[in-house]
Amino acid sequence: MKYLLLLPFIGLLWVPFYNFENPYFLGLPFFYWYQFLWIPITAFITWLIYRKHYAQEEEQ
Amino acid sequence: MIPRHIDWTALGVFIFFFLLVTVMGFWASRWQAGSDHKHLDEWGLGGRKFGTWITWFLVGGDFYTAYTVIAVPALVYAVGAYGFFALPYTILVYPIVFLIMPKLWKEAHKNGHVTAGDIVWGRYRSRPLELAVAVTGVVAVMPYIALQLVGMEVVIKALGLTGEIPLTAAFIILALYTYSAGLRAPALIAFVKDLMIYIVVLVAIVLVPAKLGGYHHVLETARQAYESKGGATGLLLHPQQFVPFATLALGSALAAFMYPHTLTGVFAAKSANTVRKNAIYLPAYTVLLGLIAMLGYMGWAAHVKVESNSDVVPALFNDLFPSWFTGFAFSAIAIGALVPAAVMSIGAANLFTRNFWKAYINPQVTAAGEAAVAKVTSLVVKVGALVCILFLPTQFALDLQLLGGVWIVQTFPAICFGLFGLGRWFRAPALLAGWAVGIILGSWMAFADHVKPVHAFVIGGESISVYTGLFALAVNIIVAIIVQLFAGNRGVAPNAEQA
Repeated sequence: MKYLLLLPFIGLLWVPFYNFENPYFLGLPFFYWYQFLWIPITAFITWLIYRKHYAQEEEQ
Repeated sequence: MIPRHIDWTALGVFIFFFLLVTVMGFWASRWQAGSDHKHLDEWGLGGRKFGTWITWFLVGGDFYTAYTVIAVPALVYAVGAYGFFALPYTILVYPIVFLIMPKLWKEAHKNGHVTAGDIVWGRYRSRPLELAVAVTGVVAVMPYIALQLVGMEVVIKALGLTGEIPLTAAFIILALYTYSAGLRAPALIAFVKDLMIYIVVLVAIVLVPAKLGGYHHVLETARQAYESKGGATGLLLHPQQFVPFATLALGSALAAFMYPHTLTGVFAAKSANTVRKNAIYLPAYTVLLGLIAMLGYMGWAAHVKVESNSDVVPALFNDLFPSWFTGFAFSAIAIGALVPAAVMSIGAANLFTRNFWKAYINPQVTAAGEAAVAKVTSLVVKVGALVCILFLPTQFALDLQLLGGVWIVQTFPAICFGLFGLGRWFRAPALLAGWAVGIILGSWMAFADHVKPVHAFVIGGESISVYTGLFALAVNIIVAIIVQLFAGNRGVAPNAEQA
């Protein structure tokens, strides 16, 4: 499941995936809102892994 | 653009907030004070008991610096989409933090480590490797402190104040309360700083485009500006910018938490899960950073007139905001410089105390003695940064900061490899050899490129540019593998007890 954390690396480091202008969203070209979109996606993946593997870990 | 007269309303608001955080800074020494207040853990790590919220404000305030607020829009203003590498960088940094930093926190907590140098010494029992990591940390963070001063200088100038006295006064006040309260001062001030920056940015991204005719118009104006400059940059990346964009993002993400100030924030957390939760919540600041980057495009739409790119944000605020809000925004940026400058000087002071003073000058130093040395060192570090900014060209600090990024990422193998199964194969001589080659090669390449962050390789007639720090790190790791193969098991095996 930790391997899910590779997704943002693939999605963001392979620039040809998103170096486009269309479609626009909220006045922004795809290039920009695609990158913004990865912020909540990455946080969500991290949260899933946290919940599954670490949430029970005792606070020291 | 920048008024040569003093805007008294803006200045009044600015002074009010500056005084507010000064009082907070001095009061902070009593905030959550521990029983043994003379211990270095208290001054240098705030007692190692910061919970999720405090850590969130502290690391957010410390990692997204005033310099970021000035420099990222300045870069976007100058080069367009390419400047947005800051966004993938500050997204990808958190999975890295999530996987690495809780382990590092546990190792530090269990053994009472305060710095990256302590980690390396504890794990490998190698003084040379410890010194290498510590010196790299101090040298890389010094110009970073100087750049916080540049951030303050820009807004002080934009308020219409001249001369060096305001900057010097602000920095001396900072030095004094950091001396007395340690890490608690920036942790407390970070609450104010971060809330102010959030307010400023949210207002700016709604108000400014409204005044300038919407995002679509803002971006069109910017597009035309880049086209009239010859079209070397624009709203999208050119194919030859793909590799430098991606390698800058990845290399910066690997480097980010090797710095003394970010590591200090992590070690001050009260548990491994505090660190993990922050890897989930800290990306909220990345949204902010992306929006701040957009200010660079707004600079074109507002037709700001600037002497240097770093004046874009202050000029934009001066032109578009009422003066009381300009004062608020500028104080947010100036206070945004105080938090990281304080944590950076504490991080550097901790390194000096633990990995130089204790290792070489006085091995019998008590915990209270360590705190005393660290407090004085933090003063020296800040005065040094101030002197650099007052007497050396700003470009010098900018260049050094850039080199600092190339250097600090070379400590990644020494600090992180020992945390993971396969990485425990490496021993100190191999890691030290890799570090040395990485530092020398990275510096040499950067200087040969006139201190540019990317190096162009010509392969089969095609030129590919790569972030120098990341390339040097790759060579660093290859050298470490080769040396490890040949030197075999000389040196202490990474101490399993430690991890």
